[in-house]
Amino acid sequence: MAEPSTETRGSAKPASAPPPPHTDHGHDDHGHGHEAHDPIHAANPHLAHHFDTPQQQFDAGKLGIWLFLLTEVLFFSGLFCAYTVYRAMHPEVFVYAHYFLDTKLGAVNTCVLLISSLTAAWAVRNAQLAEKKALMLNIVITIACAFTFMSVKYVEYAHKYHDGLLPGKAFQPKEQIWELKSFRDKHPEAAEYAEKLAKLDEKKATPPAAAPAEAGKTAPAEAGKAEPAEAERIERPTEEELEPLLAAGLVGPRSLDPSAHISRPRMAHVFFGIYFFMTGLHGFHVLIGIGIWVWMLVKASKGHFGPAYFGPVDFTALYWHLVDLIWIYLFPLLYLIH
Amino acid sequence: MASPSTTADAAIPQTKGADDNYLTHDKGFASWAFTLDHKRIGVMYLASILTAFALGGFFALAVRTELWTPGETIMKHDTYNQMFTLHGAIMVFLVIIPGIPAGLGNIILPLHLGAKDVAFPKLNLASYYLWIIGCVCMLTSLATNAVDTGWTFYAPYSTTTQTNVLPAAFGAFILGFSSIFTGLNFIVTIHKLRPPGMTFFRMPLFVWALYSTALIQVLATPVIGITLLMMMVERVFGLGIFDPALGGDPVLFQHFFWFYSHPAVYIMIVPAFGVISEIIPTFSRKRLFGYQFIAISSLAIAFLGFLVWGHHMFTSGQSVLAGTIFSAITFLIAIPTAIKIFNWVTTMYKGRIHLDTPMLYALAFLWVFTIGGLTGVFLAVMGVDVHLHDTYFVVAHFHYVMMGGAITAFLGGLHYWFPKAFGKMYNERTGRIGAIIVFVGLNLTFFPQFILGSRGMPRRYYNYLPEFQGLHQLSTIGAFTLGIGFLLTAVSLGRAMKNGKKAPNNPWGAVTLEWLTTSPPPYYNFHTPPPVTAGPYDGYEDLVYDEKIGGYVAKKKA
Repeated sequence: MAEPSTETRGSAKPASAPPPPHTDHGHDDHGHGHEAHDPIHAANPHLAHHFDTPQQQFDAGKLGIWLFLLTEVLFFSGLFCAYTVYRAMHPEVFVYAHYFLDTKLGAVNTCVLLISSLTAAWAVRNAQLAEKKALMLNIVITIACAFTFMSVKYVEYAHKYHDGLLPGKAFQPKEQIWELKSFRDKHPEAAEYAEKLAKLDEKKATPPAAAPAEAGKTAPAEAGKAEPAEAERIERPTEEELEPLLAAGLVGPRSLDPSAHISRPRMAHVFFGIYFFMTGLHGFHVLIGIGIWVWMLVKASKGHFGPAYFGPVDFTALYWHLVDLIWIYLFPLLYLIH
Repeated sequence: MASPSTTADAAIPQTKGADDNYLTHDKGFASWAFTLDHKRIGVMYLASILTAFALGGFFALAVRTELWTPGETIMKHDTYNQMFTLHGAIMVFLVIIPGIPAGLGNIILPLHLGAKDVAFPKLNLASYYLWIIGCVCMLTSLATNAVDTGWTFYAPYSTTTQTNVLPAAFGAFILGFSSIFTGLNFIVTIHKLRPPGMTFFRMPLFVWALYSTALIQVLATPVIGITLLMMMVERVFGLGIFDPALGGDPVLFQHFFWFYSHPAVYIMIVPAFGVISEIIPTFSRKRLFGYQFIAISSLAIAFLGFLVWGHHMFTSGQSVLAGTIFSAITFLIAIPTAIKIFNWVTTMYKGRIHLDTPMLYALAFLWVFTIGGLTGVFLAVMGVDVHLHDTYFVVAHFHYVMMGGAITAFLGGLHYWFPKAFGKMYNERTGRIGAIIVFVGLNLTFFPQFILGSRGMPRRYYNYLPEFQGLHQLSTIGAFTLGIGFLLTAVSLGRAMKNGKKAPNNPWGAVTLEWLTTSPPPYYNFHTPPPVTAGPYDGYEDLVYDEKIGGYVAKKKA
């Protein structure tokens, strides 16, 4: 640390040298003691009245931000836990849906955030060394990266919206999985088979379009209408016939239930619920981060930061690293599923 | 920042009279609304929490009145569901969780540490306003189509019921952040703002209790935050995590919920332990017995509290192995809790016991909390729990702990620190009468519920068999007795605030640091942090009672 080490009250050592006396400067309600009367406060305009030394103030802030990050980790871990439970119960949903995400855009965003984390760390160094111009430049780059991230996210969201890839009842995908290049390239056989199945499903389900999952139960009554032989065969596909779909992960072993709607997992929309929730919550944190960085930029432009006072930049950067880190987890969990 | 305070400051000359204190330091609404002073924030918390307490108590009386007869007494069954939900949600989220830490803790913690303020005064004020926002959200639900899920918000009912769940859940979500920020603030304050010489094992036990509580607040509350958020998203967009119709798992909600809410009961009770640990040695005029054991047992409870949430779910279909483990760990919690009880009792042994109001509350606490705690051990036995699950036995158990434990200690602490916080003495006689009525009412309300529950009366039911009527009526009479006790206490403290005798610096002869400063304390508490050279409960023998000022002063060296 580039500041004079001073006596901290937080330590357990006995008071050999009591801190400088304070006169009652009961003036300003707010934290910064502009009218400080003791030498330490007079020399440190950013030292709040209730701290004795800049070191103590910095240590308090550092502990505070780490605790806050801990709560953030726990906050997101609830979400990750829910993700894990749902994925363990319905793996096919995740395999199916991840083909609809654009891995390239996700990767670009990962790089953008990594760069911003570098500039954020750099900014802390600049603040410690009182390099005002470099500090401002690094903060501006960080903010620019954050905006880039959000713009890419906007493009992705808009895409999902247009394609009807929305959570819950709003889920009405315009594209079928076999129409996706990413899926066709990887599992040509499965794509073909899924398409065939879906067409038959469609035919069969024309009267009441709802609840294809229940189609199997009412099959005897309806089977007479369409080509009975083929419908029957598709309704009860053998395990070999399902092989390509199984291999592509579209059908979980538990979904061998012949009545299942095979061309698309029944709960596919849940993935998009989770996707929007997780990335949305993360995006919200990015937006908050942008706000704080702008605040830091303003403070930096006024030349507030230097060897004796750089805590706020340090704490913002720590927060920013966490936001970055969460994305590092979100990216593989949502985009890179196999 | 508020201009009134700055102009007021400019007007007042540098030398302030001896009467200057945090209450008179600034005047006007803005000087309170934008204050960063921990004592003022604490006072605002106390006022708000007590108002919420009155509201929650009103709903409790409504529920008890409805149960006077089987079937409809004063309200329809849907209203009844809303009443007990609001009672629970308000009492848990708005009253008991913030009660001791945010209310009393805010005022006392920095004083206990000889500090000028908490580590982050602005965050402290933000916590208060988050509380207000959370409160407004809850009231929004109340004023519209009040939530009827019970305070637990169990999915999938909470995601499908027609009542207005969203504002209430959002309110609880916001209140969670209020609680997190208070906890965070306290941890940093305790680590970084102790006075010279105060090692961890020289901290008063109230500080230890607040520290343990704060750890739970910081580590558990985020989980309820995200859970409520998921529940809300599920309700609006059909997320599917918890709804079995969408392939979700409703038991997962219960796991998440109790992962927070079991530790949360320690958020409610551990600070109460802290208050009792302050009151008992002071009014026994004797050094606290087993200081380190009590200190460590708070941490032990906080730690074990994270490992027992499954005991709320013995009947949810969770595996027997998991149930057994949760059950065994739950038994373990009885150990640190018993350590505390035994140490308090041993402190009183051969002490010179003064039965002032705070001590009466502390004794009441020992009685009711022991009953509440031990019945918790019954419920931790899986076989017994299957019989008692969702009956009035559970209701009685947690009311003995929450109401009998947390609220009794809160009232005890309120009386104990009232002279320090407001500089006025309350009327000891009405205080004592209030304490006795509360104690009687409490037992009258909740003891019959143990019997009701063990005979099979299910909780949250609107209707009941005629054979339960006698016990239900006894309980209702108890509830109104409690109401009278609280009302009397409120009037007593209200009058004291207005016309009370001026309080001396140390009316009880206590030895922790807050009693070294004036009552009420000056704006910045202490000019210099008082150096600490001894344990927090040493030196009762160095104080003598001074008739003239009605308080204790240091003995003159012969």
